[in-house]
Amino acid sequence: MQRRANIWNNIDWTTVFIYLLLVLLGWINIYAAVYNEDHQSIFDFSQRYGKQMIWIFAAFLLILVVFTIDIRYYTFFAYFIYGVMIFILLAVLIFGKEVHGAKSWFEIGNIRIQPSEFAKIATALALARYLSSFNVQINSFKSYLRIGLILFLPAFLILLQNDTGSALVYFAFALVLFREGLSGSVFLLGILIVILFILALVLEKITLIAIAVIVALIVFWILTRKFKQFAMAVLIFVFSSAMFWGIDYFLGLKILKYYIILLAIALSSIIYVYLAFKHKIKHVFILILFLFGSIMFAFSVDYVFHQILEHHQQKRINTLLGLESDPLGIGYNVNQSKIAIGSGGFSGKGFLRGTQTKFDFVPEQSTDFIFCTIGEEWGFMGTFFVTSLFIALLLRLVYIAERQKSSFSRMYGYGVVAVLFFHIIINIGMTIGLMPVIGIPLPFFSYGGSSLWAFTILLFILLRLDANRLETVK
Amino acid sequence: MDSFAGRKNIIRVLIVLIGLIYIIRLFILQVVDSSYKLTASNNVLRYETQYPARGLIFDRNGNLLVFNQAAYDIMVNPMQLDAFDTTEFCSILEITKEYIDENIKSAKEYSLYKPSIFLKQVSSVTYARFQEVMFKFPGFFVQPRTLRKYTYENAAHVIGYVGEVNDKIIESNTYYNQGDYIGISGIEQSYEDYLRGKKGVNIYLVDVHNRIKGSYNNGKFDVKAEVGANVISTIDINLQKYGEKLMQNKSGSIVAIEPSTGEILALVSAPGYNPELLVGRARAKNYNDLNIDSLKPLFNRAVMAQYPPGSTFKIMNALVGQKEKVLNPYTTYSCSGAYFAGRFRLGCHSHSSPLNLPQSIQISCNTYYCNVFRSILDNRNYPSVRDAYESWRNHVVSFGFGKALNSDLINELNGLIPTKEYYDKVYRTENWKSLNIISLAIGQGELGTTPLQMANMTATIANRGYYYIPHIVKEIEGDFNLDARFYKRNYTSIDSVYFEPVIKGMELAVNGEAGSGSTARTAQIQNIIVCGKTGTAQNPHGEDHSIFIAFAPKDNPQIAISVYIENGGFGGTWAAPLARLMIEKYLNDSISQPYWEEYILNSDLITKNAKKSQHLE
Repeated sequence: MQRRANIWNNIDWTTVFIYLLLVLLGWINIYAAVYNEDHQSIFDFSQRYGKQMIWIFAAFLLILVVFTIDIRYYTFFAYFIYGVMIFILLAVLIFGKEVHGAKSWFEIGNIRIQPSEFAKIATALALARYLSSFNVQINSFKSYLRIGLILFLPAFLILLQNDTGSALVYFAFALVLFREGLSGSVFLLGILIVILFILALVLEKITLIAIAVIVALIVFWILTRKFKQFAMAVLIFVFSSAMFWGIDYFLGLKILKYYIILLAIALSSIIYVYLAFKHKIKHVFILILFLFGSIMFAFSVDYVFHQILEHHQQKRINTLLGLESDPLGIGYNVNQSKIAIGSGGFSGKGFLRGTQTKFDFVPEQSTDFIFCTIGEEWGFMGTFFVTSLFIALLLRLVYIAERQKSSFSRMYGYGVVAVLFFHIIINIGMTIGLMPVIGIPLPFFSYGGSSLWAFTILLFILLRLDANRLETVK
Repeated sequence: MDSFAGRKNIIRVLIVLIGLIYIIRLFILQVVDSSYKLTASNNVLRYETQYPARGLIFDRNGNLLVFNQAAYDIMVNPMQLDAFDTTEFCSILEITKEYIDENIKSAKEYSLYKPSIFLKQVSSVTYARFQEVMFKFPGFFVQPRTLRKYTYENAAHVIGYVGEVNDKIIESNTYYNQGDYIGISGIEQSYEDYLRGKKGVNIYLVDVHNRIKGSYNNGKFDVKAEVGANVISTIDINLQKYGEKLMQNKSGSIVAIEPSTGEILALVSAPGYNPELLVGRARAKNYNDLNIDSLKPLFNRAVMAQYPPGSTFKIMNALVGQKEKVLNPYTTYSCSGAYFAGRFRLGCHSHSSPLNLPQSIQISCNTYYCNVFRSILDNRNYPSVRDAYESWRNHVVSFGFGKALNSDLINELNGLIPTKEYYDKVYRTENWKSLNIISLAIGQGELGTTPLQMANMTATIANRGYYYIPHIVKEIEGDFNLDARFYKRNYTSIDSVYFEPVIKGMELAVNGEAGSGSTARTAQIQNIIVCGKTGTAQNPHGEDHSIFIAFAPKDNPQIAISVYIENGGFGGTWAAPLARLMIEKYLNDSISQPYWEEYILNSDLITKNAKKSQHLE
């Protein structure tokens, strides 16, 4: 008895309060989003708001279940849960039902379950378990490989289900790795890759190559600070370009311009390496490696984008990068969503008074675009309140994670922060045109049993661990 | 242990920073920026789709075949509906109150917030009257569209028609919305992407009284419609018209191809229909009538009907025989009115004997080709009949038989050239004999070829060994190219030297002297050397089909043609004179022996056959 009471006293009621507030606001906004004069009662079970109420009560039951399980089981069974989850993800590929082009649902009677939502919990547990094992050195090749595998496996299976959005969520776990000390250079490399990826799509190949060469030369200048060497390097490059251009011109070969530049880079690189060895100049070799790596990466991005990505995925990326404007297609959703949110003004049109967010103007209104309803009916006051609530929740969770004695609990805590953070950034971001349209739900808000349950379990496992933070697990 | 605790602050800063960026962005979007703002009184945006004019279709000589005519749809947006004076509404639009109730109900079922079509294709007079009083009827507006108009009542199968998209198309292709039009057959379907152009959209601010208050955001989000590209068909409309006229009261098809390009000059499927029938409000009814017609006017026989090729296929065996070195132009076989092998007998007609290769085609001797075909299959250079057959089949397939030619015509059939495995199954052994499948020697048996494939074979012979995939579109105006496959020469596996003796035979078949036994003298034209071959497709359901293939002139051929006349009997009777008229019309634009024209025009094979079958019953 003593012990039980202890747990209830140690529950972080601030988080629970924010959680309840978010779920309640979500429910009200789903009601507003699908409001329909024929079914005015919010308890009408034939409508989404009625169903959402059932999901909410079921979620409360799940909280009780999570709390009755002893915390040691979460550590002990982390890998087992992960394994079962992978198995289920495989099963859904075979036996699942396709909804809106994604084969990621199990259908049991009237209820549809989306296992990919729950896979995040399993992954967060498994990652925390692995990182908290006492002999793991995060910055070793072996760890990189294992961490990569833990994250890649579910992401890949979800990708196969044709649910790109949910697969991208696994990038979020980078936050956990960052907190646990993954080397900064890995992150720098990641950022470099993202920049290159965007540049490869936005710029012509030849411009990209030119920029890469110039950046390499500038970095060389910064590193060496010797004008003579720098000038030599530039001259060598200019001369080799001129030479290949001359050969092309006088022999009338009509080689494409970027082949000439590539040949020039290759030739000057050989000269640089030779000179670098001879005069013992540092950094040259690694710079050249980077230069070639970047160029090759840019070319393969180009290839992947045009040959492997599907048309609608290309379109989304293009629309986001402003390469394509299409107010009736992909851009239509975003444009409609922006109009809906923008038309809310400072104080909104009032509850159930939204005109833009009804049914068909904004698609996926009660699920992925629920934020529009808040924006339109409650105005900036509403969006400010909800956004602040989410920030508060995230900061509170960071605080909770940091106060854990067990490193497993802390890492799991950061896993929760990462997943929620990613969902919130992407979901709100896409409704206001800051992020590409990636179909993932807004935590606790969006209509749907699977996502509500999964986020609830995810959050309350952390609160359960936190309630016992004083008893160390390890 | 935990040496990276400092990074927690970076994470906190990151969360707050991104949160701030989002809040600032929201503030700009909702409070500062007025471009997303709508006036307070529940104003809504109206998306008015701008439908571009569909591309025009011309024939190869620049004659306009298909153009557009304006029509107006009355649209309804259920969300904006308000009580209105139904009596006035009904009298202007000439509809009943029940019509209103029914259509508003189905519009609501489709969507409360998206407009649906309330009344289709009202006249411009009605449109003008409605426009004046539209402000009294909130929720209704007019959507201009275009309908197809046809200059000629011909070439319906070639052009195809345009109709409303169905739910399946809407679901699979996001470009289309309810009420949009799409090409459903012919050029309209295969060149839909070019003809349709690109829809645009104008976004208006509309007040509660359904009045346009102006362009939303100064048209910043409007998209201009792009007019559809014009398409130039390969059809010669005069030849097409003439072909359809000749085919009156007959069923069958004509396909004429320009051998040097693969361009289809005429493609007739009889009986046809007037394309005008499938436009406008009467379409559904007319379509039904055409669909239940026992002569199947909607069925494009030229590409969708397959028949055995009959004696025209002897040409094929003559070519393969030479290529396989079991036959040369001087090979002779004698014929005593039938082919005998043991107790087997396959009849022939009486003619002079023995014959060489060109003569065998001239006279169309069955015995000769039974011998040729057996020597191909029993060739000692192959380990078995099966293998020799496979090689024969490969030669045949290289002419475009046995699979659709991949032209730009819709619903092209594959035809049938059986595989050796097919015969393994039929004879339950791999040791079947050449005699088992002897009917292939004279183009009967398990063979299926479409009139288009036969015309293509004729073009291939005219080219002495290669063909271009037949196609119906010559050019798309604007920066578009035809598919590369239409510019590619497809070589058959038969060398060009082997074609000469065959062509000689085809020349003799048409131009042989009276009494020489030439089978196609009815196709003769003064001063033009026509090369042709008759055929008769066996028809288990009635009288045989009359077939004729020909090209002309012999040197530098301009036209290759296949003519099928269903239940027409022997190829020389109907198909050959008809082909002759088509060839002369195309090459000379006049007919030197008008009695042939009379003969064909006055024959009514449909009533004749109908009577016959009645008689039989």
